[in-house]
Amino acid sequence: MATTAVQIPGSSDGVPLRIKLQRVERRRKLRAFALVLPLLLFVFITFVMPIGRMMFDAIHDDTLLVLMPRTTVALSVWDGKDLPDERVYAALAGDLKQAWAQKTAGKIGERMNYELAGTASQVKSSARNASTLSAGPYKAAMIEISPIWGQHEVWSLLKRGRSSYTAFYLLRSVDFQYGSDSQIVASPPENAIFRDIFLRTLGISIGVTAATLLLGFPLAYVLAILPPRTSNLLMMGILMSFFTSVLVRTTAWVVLLQDHGVINETLMTLHILSQPAELIFNRFGTVLAMTHIQLPFTLLPIYSVMKSISPNHVRAARSLGAGPFYAFWKVYFPQTLPGIAAGCLLTFILCLGYYITPALVGGPGDMMVSNFVATYTNEQLNWGMASALGAILLTATLLLYFVFNKLVGVDRIKMG
Amino acid sequence: MIARALGVTGLAVSALLPVEIAYAADQLTIVSWGGAFQTNQHKAYFEPFSAATGIKVTEAEWSGETAKIRAMVETKTVSWDVVDGGYGIGAMCAAGIIETIDWKKLGLDPAKFKGRHECGVPTSAAANVIAYDKDRLADGPKTIADLFDLKKFPGKRGLNRSPQVNLEWALIADGVAINDVYKVLGTPEGVDRAFKKLDTIKKDIVWWTTGAQPPQLLADGQVVMSSAWNGRIYDAVKNSGKHFEIVWDTSLLSWDYWMIPKGTPRLDDAYKFIAFASEPQAQANMARLVPYAPGNQDATALVDPETLSNLPSAPDHMKNSLDIDLAFWGDNFDQLDQRFTAWVSK
Repeated sequence: MATTAVQIPGSSDGVPLRIKLQRVERRRKLRAFALVLPLLLFVFITFVMPIGRMMFDAIHDDTLLVLMPRTTVALSVWDGKDLPDERVYAALAGDLKQAWAQKTAGKIGERMNYELAGTASQVKSSARNASTLSAGPYKAAMIEISPIWGQHEVWSLLKRGRSSYTAFYLLRSVDFQYGSDSQIVASPPENAIFRDIFLRTLGISIGVTAATLLLGFPLAYVLAILPPRTSNLLMMGILMSFFTSVLVRTTAWVVLLQDHGVINETLMTLHILSQPAELIFNRFGTVLAMTHIQLPFTLLPIYSVMKSISPNHVRAARSLGAGPFYAFWKVYFPQTLPGIAAGCLLTFILCLGYYITPALVGGPGDMMVSNFVATYTNEQLNWGMASALGAILLTATLLLYFVFNKLVGVDRIKMG
Repeated sequence: MIARALGVTGLAVSALLPVEIAYAADQLTIVSWGGAFQTNQHKAYFEPFSAATGIKVTEAEWSGETAKIRAMVETKTVSWDVVDGGYGIGAMCAAGIIETIDWKKLGLDPAKFKGRHECGVPTSAAANVIAYDKDRLADGPKTIADLFDLKKFPGKRGLNRSPQVNLEWALIADGVAINDVYKVLGTPEGVDRAFKKLDTIKKDIVWWTTGAQPPQLLADGQVVMSSAWNGRIYDAVKNSGKHFEIVWDTSLLSWDYWMIPKGTPRLDDAYKFIAFASEPQAQANMARLVPYAPGNQDATALVDPETLSNLPSAPDHMKNSLDIDLAFWGDNFDQLDQRFTAWVSK
């Protein structure tokens, strides 16, 4: 709201009207801001902060720096070629003694175990034994306590611990890891999984989006042109699905699609099939159930845009000699594009974060990124990995949104 | 992902709120797996404990989400005092979020507890077994090798979607002596060997993820045999009249433990409860209700022969059985699980 700067000379209290107007304006803005403030705070606390924290956790891990202060300092002069010298081993023994006393050896072991399987229990037992060492030389003693202290890669790992930031989680999320000299190498093929998972998540999301568009567009069209009484009734049917929880709707698919479920039994009774078709616990079941759940999210924006398109446009095109298809394609369809873009974007982004449906009706080959985020968060307590996977998914989503915006122009999208 | 982040924040926020006020001083919050299992624990442990000591027991349920305990411990608002948990103990112990058990304070002899762990007192063990439906398969499998024998037993078999148990069984079926399993599995060649053996039946595996699924898969005829927890099969036989058979050969025992989240204000009462629930008599009472092996070895002598015949710890069943090695899995789960997941989804 721009204030017009008009000076009216000789106002009664000597304050120019322009200033007065500005004051009123400022007060109104402040009041509006005060009303929005709770929401802003809410969004900031529950949304921006956790996401920021997550992005940070994906690269920040100071476990080794905090819990092994002496070793990490002593390692700063290690050249990384042979095993470190006695001084470093003495520092290690000191740190492990302290870790044993403060019961933090488990944390150190857990952290090291992420990168080198099998070290967790060795660190713990080393800490227990180190606490009985009273004097040096420590090098031979520590290697005798556990052979891991004679391994070069263990020391490389500890040296990387000197920084409170690590790329380990992000690297592993794209199937890379640190080699024995801290060089970045590809994960062994039998362990490489995350690139597949990201591509699969993307593929399923695109597939579901396309399916909802194919099914939703004609339906939205029918709803838009039917007389209100019929279309309202049909609309109720679509909105009904919002009254049922996603979990229930997904489980219903299990009942319908399983080997001895409704569909297979019917087809077998009718002798169309001789043995049950595999409809569930695979990609087909996943895409089908997700399409069912996402359909209204694609349909509603398209419908609301279609409602606002005047039927006169097509009528005019027809009267000017266009055939029915030409009139639809050249006059009607372009006007629905903002609705299609909005619906597809909504569905696609929601699909990227899908979790329950693939877990229930999908097979092991249909696990999506969120599934792994949940496992790492709840079961394996590896929050670094969960954060890294989440951060990558978020970045990919924002990137896609950016590209989409360049292509379609989200500003053009209007919900009706 | 956003929902997850929100969930974690919500957890932290709710943990920050002073919920503790709601708990009176003489109350102990014990958390277990819910369902029939916890109802029976109530009868065998919680009620008698309250009657004997006057300490009231509040019950809660979980499904092994270690993150809940971590959130509590790290925000210093521990409202769970004793937790019945299984596999997660290795990771939680390593992360230092549960107490190391002081056996002297418990007043129990650790030698009496077979699957003991430094951070938990064994309470009961379920056996991972192979089960089949006698109505559909008159001459069923006898050994673990039969699980991998597609000629003798064609058809789908149900397995738990986890590297644990499956890798052990694959090696045993491939000829590794049951007591050498973890030695072999600790080498890269051993892991390759286990996956190679699993490869032979990969196409015919139906993966299950919850304990209720195997009896269902068997009842529906989706599989000819399935791995399962013995209690679930016992329950299907007893309460649903199914004719399921258990193959006790090479049963792998997974122990459940009483654990104490670090920082509970009722540490002494928690110890009191664990000591009470680990007495042979209390454990024998529980074994009568749920056919799992009691943690205290002395309890076996107190159960009647009929009950004993259903327990994983019956002498006949123990001949060729193995405790799942939690120390091994604590070190290697992360890596093996990643490889297993990659293998399963390819």
